[in-house]
Amino acid sequence: MEVKIIIPTPLRQYTEKRDAVQLRAATVGEALQGLTGLYGGLRKHLYNDEGKLRSFVNVYLNDEDIRYLQKDQTPVKENDVISIVPSIAGGAGRLCICS
Amino acid sequence: MILKLKNHHLEQMLAHAGRDYPSECCGILLGKTDGESKIVHEIIEMRNLRHNPSKAQELLPLDSTEKETDRNRFLIDPEEQVRVEKSARERRLDVIGYYHSHPDHPARPSGYDRDHAWPWYSYVIIQVFRGKAGEFTSWVLTEDRSGFDYEGIELEV
Ligand SMILES: [Zn+2]
Repeated sequence: MEVKIIIPTPLRQYTEKRDAVQLRAATVGEALQGLTGLYGGLRKHLYNDEGKLRSFVNVYLNDEDIRYLQKDQTPVKENDVISIVPSIAGGAGRLCICS
Repeated sequence: MILKLKNHHLEQMLAHAGRDYPSECCGILLGKTDGESKIVHEIIEMRNLRHNPSKAQELLPLDSTEKETDRNRFLIDPEEQVRVEKSARERRLDVIGYYHSHPDHPARPSGYDRDHAWPWYSYVIIQVFRGKAGEFTSWVLTEDRSGFDYEGIELEV
């Protein structure tokens, strides 16, 4: 299946400024692996050292969070659109650890 | 890169940080890039989803919801984030960064900030001390994700 992955602005520096990448894949996981295979610089911002998707990186298949589908095993159909959306999170140091 | 913003943008962020004390506040910087400058056009105040621990925990679990609360953690609902981003694009604006407050902590990024950052975005941090917003700084994640580089802020009246 040919799918389209939308690249968020801060990650376009790794995709030759492309805002979307089209590639063939059977599942969402395969599509993302294909993407980081093409553009290796993306990998560390999407995956942790254990090769798992970073906890703050959300992936949507046609506006549906894949966490509520079959995660990276979610099958894709022709012309599906995959979006990568960060959960923006942060904070001060842990409470009670004040330097 | 340098972050350029108007005085009223800064005042809006500082007021938000003071109002939400002792919780952390958070929001989105919309704007444009121009060469080596990121120019802020609008500040969008967002809800700290850590006020709703069960929903937040489902989206991005914390190790300890006793030690980590809305007083030292913030989370923006990705669905709200997508909505803001879409409406910004219709006005030809882009998300160029985010801001959040550090209640009674310095305006320096934490390890938790680093672990949840993406490159290129500006991360503005506002210190709030005993309810009064004070120092503010801006940071950009380093390429190897090991920390942040300090980013200059240019204030225009
Ligand atoms: Zn922080």
